[in-house]
Amino acid sequence: MNDLLILMKSELLLTVIIFILLFIKIGKGIKNEILLPVIQVLFLINFIAGFFLNADGSLFDGMFYTNSLIAFQKNILNLGVYLISLLFANWLTKNEHMPEFFMLMLSALLGMFFMISSGNLLIFFLSLELATIPVAAMVNFDLQKKTSAEAAMKMILNSAFSSGILLFGISVFYGVTGTIRFTELPSMLNNSPILIMVFVFLFTAFAFKLSIVPFHLWTADVYEGSPFAATSFLSVISKGSVAFIFMATLYKVFQPMHEVWYNMVMLLSIITMVVGNLFALRQQNIKRFLAFSSIAQVGFILVGITGNSTAGTSSVVYFILIYTFSNLAAFAVAAAISWQTGKERIDDYKGLYKTNPFLSWILALALFSLAGIPPTAGFFGKLFLITAGAAKGNYMFITIAALNMIVSLYYYLKVVRAVFMDENEQPIARISIQRSTKLGLIICGAGIVFTGLLSWIYDYIQNLF
Amino acid sequence: MNLIFLILVPLLTALAILAMKTAQQVRVVALTGSVVQIILAFILLVSFRNEQLTGNTAQMLFEQQYDWFPAWHISFHLGVDGISVAMILLTAFVVIAGVLVSWNVTRMTKEFYFLLILLSLGAYGFFISLDLFILFFFLEVAVIPKYLLIGIWGSGKKEYAANKLALMLMGGSALVLVGILGLYFTGNEDSFDLMKLAASNIPVETQRICFPLLFVGFGVFGALFPFHTWVPDGHSSAPTAGSMFLAGISMKLGGYGCLRVATFLMPEGAAEYANIIIVLSSIAILYGAFATMMQKDLKYINAYSSVSHCGFVLLGIGMLTKTAMTGAVMQMVSHGLMTALFFAVIGMIYERTHTRQVNEMGGLLRVMPFVISVLFIVGLCSLGLPGLSGFVAEMTVFMGSWQHPDMFHRVATIAACMSIVVTAVYILRAIGQVGMGPLKAGLEVLTDATWNERLAAIILIAGIIAIGLAPFWLNDLIRPATQVIMDKINIGPLP
Repeated sequence: MNDLLILMKSELLLTVIIFILLFIKIGKGIKNEILLPVIQVLFLINFIAGFFLNADGSLFDGMFYTNSLIAFQKNILNLGVYLISLLFANWLTKNEHMPEFFMLMLSALLGMFFMISSGNLLIFFLSLELATIPVAAMVNFDLQKKTSAEAAMKMILNSAFSSGILLFGISVFYGVTGTIRFTELPSMLNNSPILIMVFVFLFTAFAFKLSIVPFHLWTADVYEGSPFAATSFLSVISKGSVAFIFMATLYKVFQPMHEVWYNMVMLLSIITMVVGNLFALRQQNIKRFLAFSSIAQVGFILVGITGNSTAGTSSVVYFILIYTFSNLAAFAVAAAISWQTGKERIDDYKGLYKTNPFLSWILALALFSLAGIPPTAGFFGKLFLITAGAAKGNYMFITIAALNMIVSLYYYLKVVRAVFMDENEQPIARISIQRSTKLGLIICGAGIVFTGLLSWIYDYIQNLF
Repeated sequence: MNLIFLILVPLLTALAILAMKTAQQVRVVALTGSVVQIILAFILLVSFRNEQLTGNTAQMLFEQQYDWFPAWHISFHLGVDGISVAMILLTAFVVIAGVLVSWNVTRMTKEFYFLLILLSLGAYGFFISLDLFILFFFLEVAVIPKYLLIGIWGSGKKEYAANKLALMLMGGSALVLVGILGLYFTGNEDSFDLMKLAASNIPVETQRICFPLLFVGFGVFGALFPFHTWVPDGHSSAPTAGSMFLAGISMKLGGYGCLRVATFLMPEGAAEYANIIIVLSSIAILYGAFATMMQKDLKYINAYSSVSHCGFVLLGIGMLTKTAMTGAVMQMVSHGLMTALFFAVIGMIYERTHTRQVNEMGGLLRVMPFVISVLFIVGLCSLGLPGLSGFVAEMTVFMGSWQHPDMFHRVATIAACMSIVVTAVYILRAIGQVGMGPLKAGLEVLTDATWNERLAAIILIAGIIAIGLAPFWLNDLIRPATQVIMDKINIGPLP
C-alpha cells in the first residue's frame, strides 16, 4: 500500500486535483477570477511536489514502473501545465467552462503520466488513448467557432486511425513474441521481416502523435483551429510526453533492432526537418507558422534520439524542457495579441515593438531559442541534440541538420523583422495582459535564458539515471 | 590579470544600460564601460609583456578553467597568447570609438548601445576562449546583435542586408559546428578543449574533412572569396558604429578562427589546402580592389576595399610561413583600426552632407578640415603609405610570401602586390574628389567634427600610428604565438 502511494504519487495527486475541480464545478459556481488563482496554486503545488519523495520501483506486476528520470519527465509536463494556466489567463477567465477545460487537460495529463510509466504494451495503449481523447475535446473548446469543431474532427479521425494501426501492430507483436511486457520483449527480438513490420506499425502510431512527416498533415489545421491554450498543450505537453515514451520504447524495447530503427528514424528526421522548415517559410498565420516550426523541432528531437545513448536521453529531456519554455512563450504572446485584437497574421505584428516592448522581447527570446541562437537555452539544447546524434559518426546527417538550422533561422527572423524593424502606420495597440500572464512570461523568459547558461540543470538531468 | 573581467565588464555594462532611464545616462554608462574595457586591454598587454620578458614561455598565459557541462567535457577554458592580446586590444579601441561616434543616435538609444556592447562581449569571449564549444558560443552570440543593428538602425536596403548577413554568417557557423563535432569525436577522448586537441594528433583523414569545413566556415566571417558577398551589403547598410564593429571586429573573428582553430589544430590539412586558400585569397584581393574602382558610394568603397584587405589576412595564413602569418595578424589589427576609422569618417561626412555619393561632394576640406584630414590619413593608410599601419602589415605579408621560391607562390604574391596600385587609384580618386576642388554649392554651411567625433578619430589614429611608426612591439607580441603554430606545420625547408 505504501508502495502504491509513493510510486503513483504524481498520478494520485493529479486525480485529487481533478476531483477538487469536479466538486467545485458541481457545487455553487465560483467566479473564474477567483477560481483561476486557486487552480494555479494547485498546479504549482503539484509541480513542487513532483521533486519530493521520488522512488524507483514497479507496480501491478510490472505494468507500471517509475524512476527518477520518469519522475522528472512528468514534472516537466507538470511545469508546462502550470505555465499554461498562467499564460492563457485572459482566455480562461472569460470562458464559462473553465473548470471543465482544466479537467480535460488534467485527464489527458494523467493519461500521459501512465503512458510514460507504462511497462506493458496494453497499459501503454490504454493510456495513450486517455492522453488523446480529452485533447480532442479541448481542441473543440471554442464552441462558437466552426474551425474549432473542424479541427477536433480532424484530430479525432487521425487519432483513431493511428490507434488502429498501433493496435494492429501490438497484436501482431504479441502474436510473434507471446509477451506484451517491455522487460521481456527485447530478448525475443531479431531483425526478422515480421518484427520490422511490427516496428513500422508502432513507429507510424508514434509518428502520428509526434507529427513526423509524412504523418504531419493534421498538425497545421488542428493548431490553427483550436484555442491557443489547447494548441500549446498539444504542441508542447502532448508532443513532449510522446517523445519521452518513444525514446524509452526505442532504447529499451527495440534496442536489439537498433540498426533497423536508426536508419528509419534518421531518414524521417531529415524529411521532417526539411518539410517542416520549407512549409514554415511560407506561412502567414502565426499558429500555422508555429505548427510547422514545431514539426521541424520534432525533426531535431529525432536527431538526438538517433544518438541511442544516455547522452541522447538526457539531451532529449533537456531539449524538451527548453522547448516547453520557448514554445509556450511564443504561443502566449501570440495568444495575448489575438485575444485583444483578433490578429493572427505575421504582417499584423509589424511595429509591435513600438507599442509592446515587453511582449516583443519575450517573443524575440522565444524565437531565438527555437532557432538555437546563443545565449538562449535553445542553442544548448540543439547543440547537445546534434552532438548526441553525431556520436554515430554520420556527418552527412549532421550537416543536413546544421543546414536546417539556417533555414529555420530565416523564418524565425522574419517574425523578428516584422516586430522590430518594419514600419507600420497602425501598429497593434498596447496589449493589456493579466498579472499572472506576465508572471508566466517572465518565468518562460528566465527559463529560456538560464536553463542553458546554468549548466547544473543539464547535470541534474544527466545524473537522474 | 584575470581574463574573466573581459567578459564580465561588457556583460555588466550591458545590464546597466538596460537599467538606465534617459539616453544621456545610457551613453555615459556605455562610455564608462568601454573606457574600462580599454584600460583592461592595456593592463592585459602590459602584464602579458611582463610575463614574456620574465621568461614565461608557456603558449597560453593567464589560463583559467571552470567546469561547464562536465557531461560533455566542456569547460570554460580561458587563456591568451600574443595573437589574442592583439585582437583584444583592437576590439577595445574599436568599441570605444564606436561608442563615441554613436553619441547622436536618438532612435532607441538604449537598445542600440545594449546591442553594441553585447557584440563586443561576443568578440572578447571569442578571442579568449580555449574551448571550441565556448568559442562557438561566443561566435554565434555576436551574430544577432549585428542583425538587429543593421535591420533597425541601418539605411538603404537594410532588411535585405541584415537577412543576408545573418543567414550567411549562420551558414558559416553551421560549417564550423560540423567541423568542431568532427574534431570532438576523433580526439583521443571526447573533448572540445583546444589545447588537448592540439596535443592529440588528429588523424590526417579527419583533417582532410574538417579543415575545409572549419576554414570555409570561419572564412565566411572573414570574407573568403566567394563567400564575401555579405560584406558590401552588410557594411553599407549598417549604421556607422555597426559598420565599424562589423569590419573592425567581426570580420576579424573569421581570420582569428582560421588561424587559431583550423590552422593550429590541423597543420597537415592546412598544408594540403594551402594552395587553394592562396588562389581564393588572391582572387579576393584583386577582385575586391577592382570592384572598389567601380563604386561611387563611400561606404561601398570601403566595404569592397575591406574584401580586398581581408584577402591579405587569408593570404598570409595560406602562405604558411612565420613571417606571412605574423603579417596576417598584423593586417587584422591594422585593417580593424583603419576600417573602423574609415567608416567613422564616412559616418561623420554623411551626417553632415546626407549623401555618400562621391560625385555629389567636393572641396569639403574647407568647411570641415578635421574630418577631411582624418579621411586623408585613413586613405593613405589604406593604400599602404609607409609610417602608417597598413604598410607595415602588408609588407610583412609580402615578405613572408616571397620566402617561397616556386613559381606558384611568386605569381600569387605579385598578383596581390598589384592590388596596391589599384588601391592607390581608387583611394586617391575618392578622397581627392571629396576633399579637394571647388566647394559644391549648398555645402558651405557644414560644421566640423564635434568633441566626441574628434576623440574617436584621435583614438583610432593613435593606434594606426603606433603600429606604423613602431611595429616592433606588435611584432614581438605576435611572433612567439605564430612560432608555435608554425612549429607544427611541415612544408619543407625554405631558403
